[in-house]
Formats: sequence, structure tokens, C-alpha cells
Amino acid sequence: MVASIQGAAIPPAAQTEQAPVKLEVRDLTIRYGNQPALSNVSLDIREHEIFGIIGPANAGKTSFLKTVNRMNTFNANMHVDGEILFNGLDVRHLKNVYALRSRIGVVFPLPVGLPMTVYDNVALAPRLSGIKDKADLDIIVERCLGRAALWDEVKDRLDSLGSLLSGGQQQRLTIARALSQEPEVLMLDEFSIAVDPVTTMRIEDVLKELKEEMTIILVTNLVQQARRLAGRTAFFLNGECVEIGETEDLFTGEIKDRRTRDYVEGRFG
Amino acid sequence: MFETSELNIKNQRVQRLFKILFLLMTMLLIAPVLLILGTLIVKGGSVISIDFLFTSPTDGMTAGGIFPALLGTVWLVAVALLISVPLGIAAAIYLSEYAGENWFTRIINLAIINLAGVPSIVHALFGVGAFVLFFKFGTSILAASLTLAIMTLPVVIVATRESLQAVPFAFREACWNMGATRWQTIRRVVLPNAVSGILTGVILEVSRTAGETAPIMFTGAVFFTPFLPQGIFDQTMAMSLHLFVVSTQVPGVPENLPYGVALVLIAMVLIMNSLSIAFRIYLRGKKKW
Repeated sequence: MVASIQGAAIPPAAQTEQAPVKLEVRDLTIRYGNQPALSNVSLDIREHEIFGIIGPANAGKTSFLKTVNRMNTFNANMHVDGEILFNGLDVRHLKNVYALRSRIGVVFPLPVGLPMTVYDNVALAPRLSGIKDKADLDIIVERCLGRAALWDEVKDRLDSLGSLLSGGQQQRLTIARALSQEPEVLMLDEFSIAVDPVTTMRIEDVLKELKEEMTIILVTNLVQQARRLAGRTAFFLNGECVEIGETEDLFTGEIKDRRTRDYVEGRFG
Repeated sequence: MFETSELNIKNQRVQRLFKILFLLMTMLLIAPVLLILGTLIVKGGSVISIDFLFTSPTDGMTAGGIFPALLGTVWLVAVALLISVPLGIAAAIYLSEYAGENWFTRIINLAIINLAGVPSIVHALFGVGAFVLFFKFGTSILAASLTLAIMTLPVVIVATRESLQAVPFAFREACWNMGATRWQTIRRVVLPNAVSGILTGVILEVSRTAGETAPIMFTGAVFFTPFLPQGIFDQTMAMSLHLFVVSTQVPGVPENLPYGVALVLIAMVLIMNSLSIAFRIYLRGKKKW
């Protein structure tokens, strides 16, 4: 099972246009009880692209992310219809959801520094998946903290509590943790909500580099952030996917739907 | 701009009145505690000595010490804890971390609340029927401790469940998102951060268990035995029952003796409670979020 959802090796330089599809979503419908959260969304997310999802609150963005890594199983009230193909396999029929989740890194709106040391925060997931060797863990921790642009700030206090770092540091710690299992997909849910602008810019630079190694789904409230980072962007509104297109087109008038223009230009939301 | 109006004055007066009222209520609460402790120390303090603690009663329990009862209570509490702590913690973990919101969970919760509300004498009779007679443990430490364990189970379950619930949900979600199973999450993140609350609950249970009389008097504790307990199938004396006996059942007991027994019993409980408080303060200092 583990091997069967592994993606084919793709050269990092592959062009977004030609890159194979990483995540294929077909007619995805999500309900909470009788309350629809997302209806009939179909989209393709390609390897090595940053795919932006913008939209106001209650648009269904977070529900979408939860369905991708099957976190919806923790909410009995959440009903999902449609297909989500991860490397061509429908995640809804995967038996080994743990392997799926370890291939998808997630970063939440609010930083979650687990109440353990900085080192243990990053080493937790590799340890859970069976890596015991201290030298291997050291390499993973340094590499992940480095890629999350946090290593220089914490390298002298890896033994201090992760939950006592500043908000911006904790968010980068969360990213380091999400990277600790070499995920194929990184999903970020409004990561900059509790982070200062300088840290936000640093994380955005990190994401631009990570794009070479993985597929990134960026859910954001900040239209300009999507513009800075995302190659293509989808606009969700009230559970509907209003528009999907090249991000630049959303800003240069190539928009088909008036609601998208209103949102992008700040007339609501 | 900041003139005081009639209404302001009235509000402040009412506010002061209520503050004093609540303070009085609080003082009332402390009074019985101080009175009990004071009486016990004044009347029973003179009885306490090393000999009193470590020798057996003599002269038809009108003289001598309390060692068999003291040791018996330690036995009863220890065996009861061995049974109820693992059981209670396991149940609490299930209820907090695994159980869904459904009728089954609701029934279990209702059962726990009701178990906490059952009078101790009813537990005693249940203990006689179930452990002494049906399981044929006889009147023994095992039967008495099982009865005590069942009686105090709700304390452990509720304390554990609450301290598990106090661990932020975001920690669990973060672990699940990394592909951790529920048990890995509980083991690595939830339990280590709930340990202080769980231990507090356990220590509270100790003080409750040590003081109970009814559940043990038919199931394992005896009026008097010259022998110290050697194992869980022995009968034993116990502090709480011994206090009842020397206070009401034996003629010719010096007036100070029951006070001395009560003082030792209450000291045991207070020491356990102080330990619990000290431990909580220690762990709070290490609070990680």
C-alpha cells in the first residue's frame, strides 16, 4: 500500500503546464449533516506547482483540505461524495490512511508547537514511522528546520520547548514538522493569519523553493499572497468553485465571472 | 467628566456588600475544618506517640496502639488503587479519546454519574454479594478493596477524563495530520501532558478510600484481630472501622483514645492531600503551553 501511492519521479524543472497531475478532484461534494460545504468541485493540481485557493470564510476551503488527507474521518457529521485521486488512487478508498497522511504535510492557520522540545517536534513523525537512529534523526531535524528557515534561530536551543517559541517561529516549526516525512504534497491553510509580515515573507520565500521538491496547495485569505506565490488559483465562494485559472489572469481582466473580480478587487470578503 | 452619580455610589455600595457577604460564607466554610482539627489535636494529641502508631491494641482495645489498623488501611488503599487506577484510566482514555457521540457513550457516562451517587452502604452490600459470596473471596482484603475500588472508580475516571480533555485538541489534530494513529497520539502527546491531572485524581481517591467505613465493614475489615495481614486473602483491621469501634462499641475506652485514632486518620488524609497540592504546583511550574 505504501509503495502503491508513491508518485513517479519527476524532474524538478518540469513545466507547470506539462507536469503530470498530482491530485485529481472530480465532482467533490461535502456536507456537514444537511449543510452543504462544497458542491461539485472538479480540479486538477499538478506536480511542482503552487495551487492557490482563495475565497472568503465558509467557502469550503478548509473542508476541501480535510478531505484530501482523509481528516474527515474524525468528523462523523462530515459526508463526502466524489473522487479525489492522489497519484491516480482514490484517497476515499485507501485502507492505509496513515501512509496517505504521512505523504501530505499540513500547516494550520494557528501555529501548533507541540509541548515538547524543538528537536522532538520535528523528530516526532519520523520516530512514529520507525526511525530510531539518533544520527538519522539529527540529519532530518537539521534539514527540515533549515528548509523552514528556522535552523539559524533555534540551532542553539533545540532542547527548549517548541510551544514557547514566538508565534512566527512556531509556525515555521510547524512547517518543519510537516516537512519531516518528505511529503509529496504540502497543504497550507491560511498559514500567515497569526504571523507577522516579515515572517510571512520569509515563509513565502521558503515555499517558492519547496515548490521544486513538492506540490503545494495554498489556501489563503490574502489575494495578494496568492498572486505572489500561486501559479494557478481557484476561487471558492459559498461552497462553489467559481473559477480556476492562471493566477495572473484573475488580476488582469481575463476573468469570466464577475464575483471573482469583485473579490479580487476587494469589493467584498 | 468623572463626577460620581447617585447610581455610581449605589452600585459601589452593593458591590461592597456582596463582597463581604461572600467573604463571610467562605469563613463559615473554614470554621468546621479548623474546629475539627483543633478538637482532635487538643484532645487526641497527647495519645500520639511512636508506640501508639507501632503497637497493637491491648486490654480489650482500651489501651495500646493502632498498628494493625494502620497497616490494614495501607493494605486496603494499596490494593484498591491497583485495581481502580488502571481500570479507571483505561476507561477515561476510551471515553475521552475513542468514544463517539452516540447512545452507547451517553449510557456509560450516565452509569459513571450514577455509580458516583450510590451510597457507600449500598456498595458494601453489593461487595458482600458479589465478592465475598459469589466469587468466594470471603471477608478479605481483596473483597474489601474491590468494593472500595468500584466505589472510587468514578473519581479516577472523571479526573482523568477532565485532564485529558484539557490537552488542546489542536495537538491531537497536528499528530493525526502527520499520520499518527490515535494510540501513538495518546501515548506521545496526550498522556504526557495529562499526567498531573490524573495523579491529582488518584491522590484524591486515596484520601477518599482511606476514610471509608461502610464498604469495608462487611467485606474485609474486622473488629479486632491479633494478626497482621499477610496477603490479600486475610482479614484486617482498618483505621476507619477501628475508630467506630473504640468510639461506640467497646466500654471503658479512655476519652482521649478515639480522638487520637481520628487524628491519625485525618493526618493520613491531609498528608496525601498536601502531597497532591504540592505535586500539582510542581507540575504547573513545568506547564508546557
